[in-house]
Amino acid sequence: MADGTAEADTFPKLLIRNAQVRGLRPAIRHKDFGIWQTWTWAQVLDEVLAFSVGLDELGLRRGDKFAVIGANRPRLYWAMCAGQALGAVPVPVYADSVADEMAYVLDHAEATLAVVEDQEQFDKVLAVSERLPKLLQVFYDEPRGLRDYDHARLKSIDEVQRIGRQALAADAGRRARWQQSVAQGKGSDLSVMLYTSGTTGRAKGVMLTYDNVLISAQNGNTYDRLGESEEVIAYLPLAWIGDHIFSYAQSYVAGYCVNCPETGETVVEDRREIGTTYAFAPPRVYENLLTTTMVRMEDASAIKRRMFHYFIGVARRWGEKILNGEKVPLHARLLYGLGDFLVYAPLKNRFGLSRIRVSYTAGEAIGPEIFSFFRALGINLKQLYGQTEASVYIAAQPDGESFPDTVGKPNQDVEIRIAENGEVLFRSPGVFVGYYKDPEKTAETKTPDGWVHTGDAGFIDPKTGHLKIIDRAKDVGRLIDGTLFAPKYIENKLKFFPNIREAVAFGDKRDFVTAMINIDIVAVGSWAERNNVVYGSYQELAANPRVYEMIERHIEEVNRALVEEGVMAGAQIKRFLVLHKELDADDGELTRTMKVRRGLIGERYAPLIKALYEGATEAAIATEVTFEDGRKGTISARLKIRDVKVAPVAAALEKAA
Amino acid sequence: MRAPSSEVLAGQVLLSVENVSLSFGGVKAIRDVSFDIRKGEIRAIIGPNGAGKTSLLNVINGFYQPQEGRITFRGETREKMRPYAAARGGIARTFQNVALFKGMSALDNIMTGRSLKMNRGFVWQLLRHGPALAEEVEHRRRVEEIIDFLEINAIRRVQVGRLPYGLQKRVELGRALAMEPDLLLLDEPMAGMNLEEKEDMSRFVLDVNNHYGTTIALIEHDMGVVMDLSNRVLVLDYGRKIADGTPDEVKADRNVIDAYLGVAH
Repeated sequence: MADGTAEADTFPKLLIRNAQVRGLRPAIRHKDFGIWQTWTWAQVLDEVLAFSVGLDELGLRRGDKFAVIGANRPRLYWAMCAGQALGAVPVPVYADSVADEMAYVLDHAEATLAVVEDQEQFDKVLAVSERLPKLLQVFYDEPRGLRDYDHARLKSIDEVQRIGRQALAADAGRRARWQQSVAQGKGSDLSVMLYTSGTTGRAKGVMLTYDNVLISAQNGNTYDRLGESEEVIAYLPLAWIGDHIFSYAQSYVAGYCVNCPETGETVVEDRREIGTTYAFAPPRVYENLLTTTMVRMEDASAIKRRMFHYFIGVARRWGEKILNGEKVPLHARLLYGLGDFLVYAPLKNRFGLSRIRVSYTAGEAIGPEIFSFFRALGINLKQLYGQTEASVYIAAQPDGESFPDTVGKPNQDVEIRIAENGEVLFRSPGVFVGYYKDPEKTAETKTPDGWVHTGDAGFIDPKTGHLKIIDRAKDVGRLIDGTLFAPKYIENKLKFFPNIREAVAFGDKRDFVTAMINIDIVAVGSWAERNNVVYGSYQELAANPRVYEMIERHIEEVNRALVEEGVMAGAQIKRFLVLHKELDADDGELTRTMKVRRGLIGERYAPLIKALYEGATEAAIATEVTFEDGRKGTISARLKIRDVKVAPVAAALEKAA
Repeated sequence: MRAPSSEVLAGQVLLSVENVSLSFGGVKAIRDVSFDIRKGEIRAIIGPNGAGKTSLLNVINGFYQPQEGRITFRGETREKMRPYAAARGGIARTFQNVALFKGMSALDNIMTGRSLKMNRGFVWQLLRHGPALAEEVEHRRRVEEIIDFLEINAIRRVQVGRLPYGLQKRVELGRALAMEPDLLLLDEPMAGMNLEEKEDMSRFVLDVNNHYGTTIALIEHDMGVVMDLSNRVLVLDYGRKIADGTPDEVKADRNVIDAYLGVAH
């Protein structure tokens, strides 16, 4: 195993190795027409070979860049490997990008061809094709709706593979030539370019070599002892480094099977059918699982509800200790066993986590409640800290050392250092080559001796030896009176309430802290139903006075928590409002990985912020919204602004003393 | 891409209605209406409430028997038509009020659309063995294609009664498609939908027309939808035909503006 990457140092080489070593084992599955279709490693090699030779015949050359746009489908993963076999570099693009963002990436990357999932993606490419003179051909997976399009520069993947198979059949030496082309590739070659969304400015193209990606994947596999029998669900964006490592690189290195869901909406169901052993998800996914469970429990019969709450109580008390292998009294073990039979096992089965061995959360802070809930059920949920520039792995929590507020210890072969200003720096085999066509930004981020600035402020927790992340380094600010203000820290506290989906805190160079809140439509909608609150739209529900009261109570709780923690006691939230629309990546308010773009929100909602600080009780706002196809519309509203009680600092300190 | 192609305008006639009149007692629902539907087109029928649109659809698929007039479908002229025979003959429809089996899953509902195509008898079906099983597998494959086509994979196993209205409408369309009809009658497929659902449904209607080549006659109130989707529009008012032509012609027609769209200033 360990020498696997030494001989096979590129994806195509690994594929050939897997087809030899474990040719009959499943490599990838896709649920289509309601049935899981499976391809073994040997079959995948056959498909990729045909695809790759087809691409060769159609003019893809060594060093060319090609875009891969769409959801997680086997043939899009194969496209990456097929291109890599020719020495071309795949550039996965976020499938939910609007046409304009797509145009920027394709243009910047100088992509000569694009492999797209379906008509929807092709339409976007078509809409901006005038700005992309380098883009010569587009290949698609799903033919539906594309029949009447001009096929001069458009082909189905089937067609490409057919051309490949014909070429292979016509010329006996064709296969050997392809293998030569694969053999020419080496570990230090450029393997992939991933555009990071970035919370500021235009996306940057992160260049990673095969060594970066595959050594990191190998290290990750060793760290969590992942082997060929793992099952994962591939449902996160192809363009995200996480998916590239977990659903592509680690699978090729370890030889495990990747499962592509039927559609984005069926992931939970599909996960249940597969029973994943290794999972990876942003906190949002765990949050949603928990929220929907709680909402559905509210509708369950009284007996079920009481049983659920009783045993969840038992799990919260003993579950984590049992998971960590600590000493637990016999009665607690028995009670937990009964709870497992009645509640935990069925629940885990629902989540599709019955067979889970390792489950990671990353990308954002996770609510301690949510984190401990899943751990209490016996799910080995751990936190991970990573970046595209690191080929994911920077730090992760080892088994048995899970804490809700740390991101763990440095991964294998990773060094971490904290700069004087508190910024986290790292150095590892996964460190990227540079940003494509942007030496300036590269120099800003990467020092000559290989240290990378993460842009995050953090410290090593003396108690656990784990890394803790506070906020983006540039976001940490101060109020006018000098109090430390870490917006994300406050926002995360707010977001841990199921009713709050998103929050944006303001306070840098201001007198006090204010917040804009996005309610969670599922949680608050269910609450509204149970409490006979009638509403017709998101906007109406968000403006409801009783919703305001509920949010106010949550904020008061956050304020109390801030006081108890001391350092941030002066940064309590004094005023807030509930936004009339959901913050949306299509409007540029969130990044594609769902992180808040503070600066842009500050500009766009300037009248609201002004009102927050001027003491007004109401403010009018008109915002432009962008639909996925690029059309624009306007939403306008009058929002109420409320004051919140601030917990007295002195009193709390006394209590603490 | 959305604009209807003009080629179908010259196509052959799939169904023609000649001088049809229908009355219920003293109420004249349809008065001497003649029009045709050409193969491969999307034909809209519009008109104010009570103009006789639904009655006209009911006449086409044999649910109502007109007192006068003739209907020719695929070259066959008939005076009397029964819904069962219409369904066999390749006419499927959806209803103004969703008419699904609420207690059954979306999948089972769509499967019922295949019942006319099943050859094995009741006992064979019960046995689920040999040819009956092979047949069911084949039908299920067709149904799964439709589920995939309409993007309702996520609700395959959900009881239809628990689905939001927009999705129920989609399931109903799925059931109609399962019959592999030559002519699909859609009675207000977008009634009660929000903008997004309407756009989805419009896309499905276009896709059905484009992908399966199904001829579609639809009743719709949303003028934007009608003008975007259809090749030709028939306008009824008080049971009478007041205009018939391309969307642009109809839009410019004085009678239509006065009677239906309101007088323009």
